[in-house]
Amino acid sequence: MTWLVVAPILFPLLGAILAALLGRRRVLARGVAVAVCIGMTVSAVALLVQVWNHGMVTMAVGNWAAPFGIVLAADHLSAVLTVITGITGLAVAVYAVADIDRLREARGYHALFLVLLAGVNGAFLTGDLFNLYVWFEVMLIASFGMVALGRTRAELDGAMRYLALNIVATLMFLLAIALLFGSTGTLNLAHLHVIVSSGQAEGAVLAAGLLLAVAFGMKAAVFPLFFWLPASYHTPAFAVSAIFAGLLTKVGVYALIRVFTLVFADQDGFVQTLFWPVAAATMVVGVLGAASQTEIRKILSFHIVSQIGYMLVGLALLTPIAVTAAVFYLIHHIVVKANLFLVAGVIHRYCRTNDLALTGGLVRRAPWLAVLFLVPALSLAGIPPLSGFWAKLLIVQASLDAADLAMAAVALVVGLFTIFSMIKIWNEAFWKAPPDGAVAVTPSRRDLRFLCAPVAMLAVLTICVGLGAGPAFDLAQRASAELLDPRSYARAILGDFMVLTSNEPLGAPR
Amino acid sequence: MEPYLAVVIGLLVAAAVYLMTDRHMVRMLFGVALLGTAVNLVVFVSGDVLRGLPPLIAVDATTPNGEVANALPQALVLTAIVIGFGLFSFALALVFKTAQRFGTADVDQLGAAEPTADSKFSPVDGSKDGAAERKRAA
Repeated sequence: MTWLVVAPILFPLLGAILAALLGRRRVLARGVAVAVCIGMTVSAVALLVQVWNHGMVTMAVGNWAAPFGIVLAADHLSAVLTVITGITGLAVAVYAVADIDRLREARGYHALFLVLLAGVNGAFLTGDLFNLYVWFEVMLIASFGMVALGRTRAELDGAMRYLALNIVATLMFLLAIALLFGSTGTLNLAHLHVIVSSGQAEGAVLAAGLLLAVAFGMKAAVFPLFFWLPASYHTPAFAVSAIFAGLLTKVGVYALIRVFTLVFADQDGFVQTLFWPVAAATMVVGVLGAASQTEIRKILSFHIVSQIGYMLVGLALLTPIAVTAAVFYLIHHIVVKANLFLVAGVIHRYCRTNDLALTGGLVRRAPWLAVLFLVPALSLAGIPPLSGFWAKLLIVQASLDAADLAMAAVALVVGLFTIFSMIKIWNEAFWKAPPDGAVAVTPSRRDLRFLCAPVAMLAVLTICVGLGAGPAFDLAQRASAELLDPRSYARAILGDFMVLTSNEPLGAPR
Repeated sequence: MEPYLAVVIGLLVAAAVYLMTDRHMVRMLFGVALLGTAVNLVVFVSGDVLRGLPPLIAVDATTPNGEVANALPQALVLTAIVIGFGLFSFALALVFKTAQRFGTADVDQLGAAEPTADSKFSPVDGSKDGAAERKRAA
């Protein structure tokens, strides 16, 4: 069953080639994108079922055994993230049918979109540090293309801001790889864990760790490295910014969680000391930034930053419940945030603007849209019984269990401010009477169907995760147990090689 | 060999940082490219730099005879160079397109994404200019 672990990467890559070959046959290219996302989701679900029933699935690429070759590995965290990628990708692919104009499609939107998904899944599934770098680059070049696709002035300017900082981040990543390879002689994440935690590494391992924190932190948009995100996420097409908002920063968070629970696992307090202030500051600064904005996508962009802080609480506390909370938050956040950006696009269709001063009256003009906005908005703010409530509850619970009252207080206060922002959007865009000179257009029925079906699908998903929080929590708990047991991860990947090289006896049977 | 390379890398990084702080986007990009070169050199050094000692194993042996350089970082550098080249050419094309569109490549004067009091161009959303631009693009 090892092919299951490549399927979520292969589907979008082959689809991208096909979509590129189809060129100007737009309807076919759209069909390819939707079909690929369905196939990807199905294969990812199969992978998750396999991991759930039989434990980690690994595959040595080209049959070069780990740690010499590149290894792909899916544990619970990777598997569930590929499932969420598939679902979000599907929603955005359907949405794009009505959102992406002729010009952007002709310039290869669908091919770039699928390459982006391949990069995201590759990053989730790889077990090799340099391979992770390559998937980051795949993601990056696709996202550069997508962010500049329309070539309007705002898009070009936003793309420049996005590009400059992201290239610097990948260079930091490469530098860290060089330092780690120089001091350990390996790039396999599991092998890195064995060497670093047994103290056999020479030289600047923690320096490399800090560089990795900077590189992934920039991708994840944590304080103080987040400035590129609110400067660029509000400029591209709505489908593009939705997939960015849902997935790209979360790949950074995933990389942080993976590397700092695996490679730097046994560095007494290094990870906690590093991430505690980062997590708290990211939450606070993000939410304050959002409070000062009046453009819907800018508000939402600052909320991405703020929510990333919640996920980092997992690394700041590093207890089983905290990591469980972080994983749960990750799953919940991808769905909800992508959905809110999609709703912003529908609002733009009705008002021709996302500036809150120029919108209004939508609760009369499109009452069902108000409902579709409220579900993800209240979920983001953490209102029960939606998924965001459980995510925030777990974070607060984890902080209290760790006797960390400060973190619990920060999480609660930031939650309040989140409600404030969501109510601001609700009041300005939906509730208040339309201001003088407001544009009022009604999109065609066909467009509305394609725009709202994915929004409704993601909204139903958040409700499902909220009402059926039990299974989702079990999944997050399993993922967290795996993350906090790096020895088992290393044993699953390295197998016999670990017995040959490790000095300490291996307790459990392999 | 390594100490000399360390000095070279240091100089490259210094030049790169200087260039990256420039307001002109082309200079900023050259700074990024220089930084990329410096990082590539670091990767190269991480596998040891030894002259005239190819990492070859004799037919009847299982390990190389004596000290050899690790060949893997060199393969990594090749990959990194190719990727860096792709990114750099895309970025240059983007700067070119931006300069054509705005008539300037000075970041202070762009500001269409994040308008400030003294930026020349208004934002796309909520402005007449932006609506016209969108229509033209569609």
